[in-house]
Amino acid sequence: MAKTVDEIAEAMYNMIKEATGLKKLKATDLTKAIIELYGDEADKQLCKDAIKQLVNSGRCVYTYFGGSFIELPHREGAAND
Amino acid sequence: MADTVVKTPKLDELEKGKWPSFVKEIKMAAKTSPMAQDLLGQLELSYEQKLGHWKHGGIVGVMGYGGGVIGRYSDMPDKFPNVSHFHTIRINQPSGWFYTSKALRTLCDIWEKHGSGLTNMHGSTGDIIFLGTSTPHLEPIFSELTKAGFDLGGSGSDVRTPSCCVGPARCEWACYDTLAMAYDLTMSFQDELHRPAFPYKFKFKMSGCPNDCVASIARSDMSIIGTWRDSIQIDKDAVAEYASRGMDIKADVVDNCPAKCMEWDGKELHIENSYCRRCMHCINVMPKALRPGKDRGATVLIGAKAPIIEGALLASVLYPFVKIEAPYQQIKDVVAKIWDVWCEEGKNRERIGEFIQRVGLGNFLDAIEVEPVAEMVAHPRENPYVFYEEYFEEDETAEEQK
Repeated sequence: MAKTVDEIAEAMYNMIKEATGLKKLKATDLTKAIIELYGDEADKQLCKDAIKQLVNSGRCVYTYFGGSFIELPHREGAAND
Repeated sequence: MADTVVKTPKLDELEKGKWPSFVKEIKMAAKTSPMAQDLLGQLELSYEQKLGHWKHGGIVGVMGYGGGVIGRYSDMPDKFPNVSHFHTIRINQPSGWFYTSKALRTLCDIWEKHGSGLTNMHGSTGDIIFLGTSTPHLEPIFSELTKAGFDLGGSGSDVRTPSCCVGPARCEWACYDTLAMAYDLTMSFQDELHRPAFPYKFKFKMSGCPNDCVASIARSDMSIIGTWRDSIQIDKDAVAEYASRGMDIKADVVDNCPAKCMEWDGKELHIENSYCRRCMHCINVMPKALRPGKDRGATVLIGAKAPIIEGALLASVLYPFVKIEAPYQQIKDVVAKIWDVWCEEGKNRERIGEFIQRVGLGNFLDAIEVEPVAEMVAHPRENPYVFYEEYFEEDETAEEQK
């Protein structure tokens, strides 16, 4: 049975949380990891929708460090507050 | 009104000469913008110390978007507090850079209210560039821009704002409607433009003819250059008129033809169209006498890039000729396949051209299900780098027979 966008978003969120401070994950990393985890129960469109949900809800943000990554919101080191 | 005047002896040198000066423009803005004044101060210091003072801020943006804002912070916020934040905003330009004066005033009003007032019309990406604002102003700017009918452009690992030449709006050489195609691709790939999901950036540039005024062959991952596949249209009387007015047709046109496909007998110009390379030289020299053919379309090329991680690449031919008609399905279908393969196998920060070099054009064509053709060459008329399997089989059979 195909996974829902909510389930995939949750799984992605946990992956991002676990990788925080260790590795920055790109959208392609998350998509590949989810498809490896769920096999036929997930596809690229579901992953795309899940990322959109995570970013639109503010649970995750896009960041740029030489390429674009998806991370948990945080205070950036370079920021002058 | 800024109350202090920054001394900028080094920057003043850049105001000398007859050409436009960005220093002159920043100084003009500094009369009313404290941000522009601190920018001058920090820049002067950078010239003195030969050291940049910008930090890259990678997390700034507007809600839901992953592109369009490039974060910048000063590393000397105490000395230059007004440029403590100095983010750049990219705004999706209209196709061909056509504006009403009202639209330009609207953009400037928004920017003077929320930013430094400094713009770059346009950046090398093609976008309208707003230079210098702070994080709290990002959402209000975005909101006012969208109300005025504008949207942010691309940045980061996404589709960059598609860009095109002025095309049929102002140019008689346009072999297809570049403006319509740029608009269509922009609207079709909104998701890919605002939500970075690729290994690295992907640029579309559309030129209406082989003059390639937007330099798409050198600067875009997918370059769509107008061309024709029948014969150059000749107005013989106009050719004769050029000759009678003193043009040396042999020296200026025939001898400069890279394909040597033209002959001039003093009265008539003959073109062997099967050898023509569509370079546009003869048409550019005699615009009243020669025109592109009537069967028009475009050559689609892939893989150009400027040097960043690795060296510069020129694009290679993907389709020698396609008819360019809305809804551009052939292009969109192949783009989807290219993105699929590249997202699956591409390395972080690897452009599509670098990816093709790494895996080989033959394997890449296999993966995107495009048949190799003779026009896929590294340089015109030489060095094809697609290897046909049957040749290897023939070689192997010959070896076995020995």
